[in-house]
Amino acid sequence: MSSTFVSDSLAAIPPRRGRRSSLRTWRWSDRLVLLAAWVAGLSLCAITAAIILYMGYRGVQYLRPGLIFSRPQVSKDQAGSGGFLDPLIGTALLTLIGIAIAAPMAICSALWIVEYGHGGRTRQFLTRIVESSIEIVAGTPDIVIALFGLAIFQLHILAFVSFVGEGGGVYGKSFLAAGAMMSLIALPPLFVATRDGLQAVPAHMREAAFALGKTRIATIRRVLLPSVRANIATGITLGVSRIIADTAIVLVLLGETLRTEPQGGVPGLGVLRGTGSTLTSYVYENSPAGEGAAPQKAYAAAVVLMLFVLVLNLAVEWITRAQARSSGSIAIAGGIV
Amino acid sequence: MLQRLRKPWSDNRAERLLGAVSFLACLTVACMVVFVAIHAWPTFEHNGLSWLGSGGSLSEQVERMLATSANPPASAFHIRVWPILYGTLLATGLAVLLALPLAVLSSIFIVELAPAPVRRVMIIVVRLLASVPSVIYGLIGILVLVPFVGAHLVTSAERTSLQNTVQLTGAGLVVAVVLLTVMITPIMVALTCDALGAVPAAWREGAAALGVNRLRAIRAVTLRAIRPAIVAATVLATARALGEAIVISMVSGSVFFAPRPSDGAAFLLEPFRSFASTIVDFREGLGAPALSATLYACALLLLFSAFALSVAGYLVKLPMRKYQVKG
Repeated sequence: MSSTFVSDSLAAIPPRRGRRSSLRTWRWSDRLVLLAAWVAGLSLCAITAAIILYMGYRGVQYLRPGLIFSRPQVSKDQAGSGGFLDPLIGTALLTLIGIAIAAPMAICSALWIVEYGHGGRTRQFLTRIVESSIEIVAGTPDIVIALFGLAIFQLHILAFVSFVGEGGGVYGKSFLAAGAMMSLIALPPLFVATRDGLQAVPAHMREAAFALGKTRIATIRRVLLPSVRANIATGITLGVSRIIADTAIVLVLLGETLRTEPQGGVPGLGVLRGTGSTLTSYVYENSPAGEGAAPQKAYAAAVVLMLFVLVLNLAVEWITRAQARSSGSIAIAGGIV
Repeated sequence: MLQRLRKPWSDNRAERLLGAVSFLACLTVACMVVFVAIHAWPTFEHNGLSWLGSGGSLSEQVERMLATSANPPASAFHIRVWPILYGTLLATGLAVLLALPLAVLSSIFIVELAPAPVRRVMIIVVRLLASVPSVIYGLIGILVLVPFVGAHLVTSAERTSLQNTVQLTGAGLVVAVVLLTVMITPIMVALTCDALGAVPAAWREGAAALGVNRLRAIRAVTLRAIRPAIVAATVLATARALGEAIVISMVSGSVFFAPRPSDGAAFLLEPFRSFASTIVDFREGLGAPALSATLYACALLLLFSAFALSVAGYLVKLPMRKYQVKG
């Protein structure tokens, strides 16, 4: 029965016709779904455009160079409360610490899993454990990671990370503490990017290196790492955009002083052990949700943050496009999930 | 020693080093569960699982916790968090319900319908939407959407009728749900798009050869093939929405209140709190042991639900391997 239906409808189709006339033969329900799909897709574009345009408008309205280059001040009125130089430096510092911890960890794990994870059943089992624990880290809400950080950095043996408060308890909040937890946020995208890159390296490249008498580790250093450089760059960019976007960890683990407050006398280490703020916590504190209630400054800092995010997105786009030209298609979910 | 390190590394040593670093991730996860559980224990010790039930006024219970000193009496741990649980489930559920059709339709649009230039733009848009910091969503919510809802959607009749129970300022369920939807849609779109792209072209061509139009082919073949991936994407998006702290803390009104469906349309305008936003709201109170235990218990619950959801997402996608459709 179905075959007669098919041949009938085939016979009914005129040899060639344009796309528009074929739409006219569609059922109404199909046309509605088509319309809905277009509306859904375009509404995503509209939302994004609205956010960017609105932030751009607020940026033109409120963003002044003076805000970027002046430190926050304690003041009664908003005219005297300064800008967000300290939060900017804080964001940069946290990003540096986070990536400095996350990148070696992610690259080592990816190398171990792809290059050493295949021999024998125990080793496959261990590989699965490592991969799933990184997946668990990826799925953990950042507020939970923040509370976990507070729990470990308030231990007395880790007092050197932050400082000891007046009551004798370890404060547990510092740039080092927040940066260490930020590395957990940046780890999964970095790991996934590196692992996928390594898996995409054709086997004959490894075989050629082995045939030349290179050891595994020499192959990794001379052949594999150079060929996944672009993937690592993508991973780092994604990790950076995760870190600069995170608020919950900063609010819990950085102590919520708008100015960078060093602890102890050693110049560099003092800042790392001290408290401070980042752009995200500056926005939060100056919004009606925080204490400051200075919407203009919150907008100005948010615009700077948005610019960073846009630049990082463009960077990812640029790297992956260069890569796609050399190696075929790219996946959308890549780093964002 | 230095000489030994400078020589070319033996494979064994390199492997051991790489393996050891890899296991740091496992160690972190184990530590996370253990530490959060230890800090949360007093709450479960004093309340049991009726912790999740309802009873009494939550804000009074929290006040009592904040008032206690370093060694709180057992009575200070008493808390019933049903309004928070209810608020969390309500906001997450509504956001996922809204995001699901939006995400499926727009991924069909991106992969199957859009002309190539539009598709390229859409991919950039999805990535960008996924990477907008939550604090910016929250800022737009609290400075644009909340005043708008407060001025135009809250009627004075609703405001006066609820005067004695809760204040309707505009901050509440509807703004939080809208923002959560915008935040989780790109995640679902990205996962669904990747699954759609992995469906073999031959299946689609087969459907087209049988004479159905493009949309029928999508509905009958492509969507059916990636059903598990859609469910998995929904599950992952649910996990993301459950854990979202900042946006909800900014736009939910931050009041211990369970929105009541019996209030009619005002139900959607009523404030609430979720687990994650409660932690953010009371981060200053982490010094009070009783409150700290309660907040860690919230975190433990979030941790376990995120874990359960990611396992569920994995299990749901297993059948797709059978068809060799990656996703």
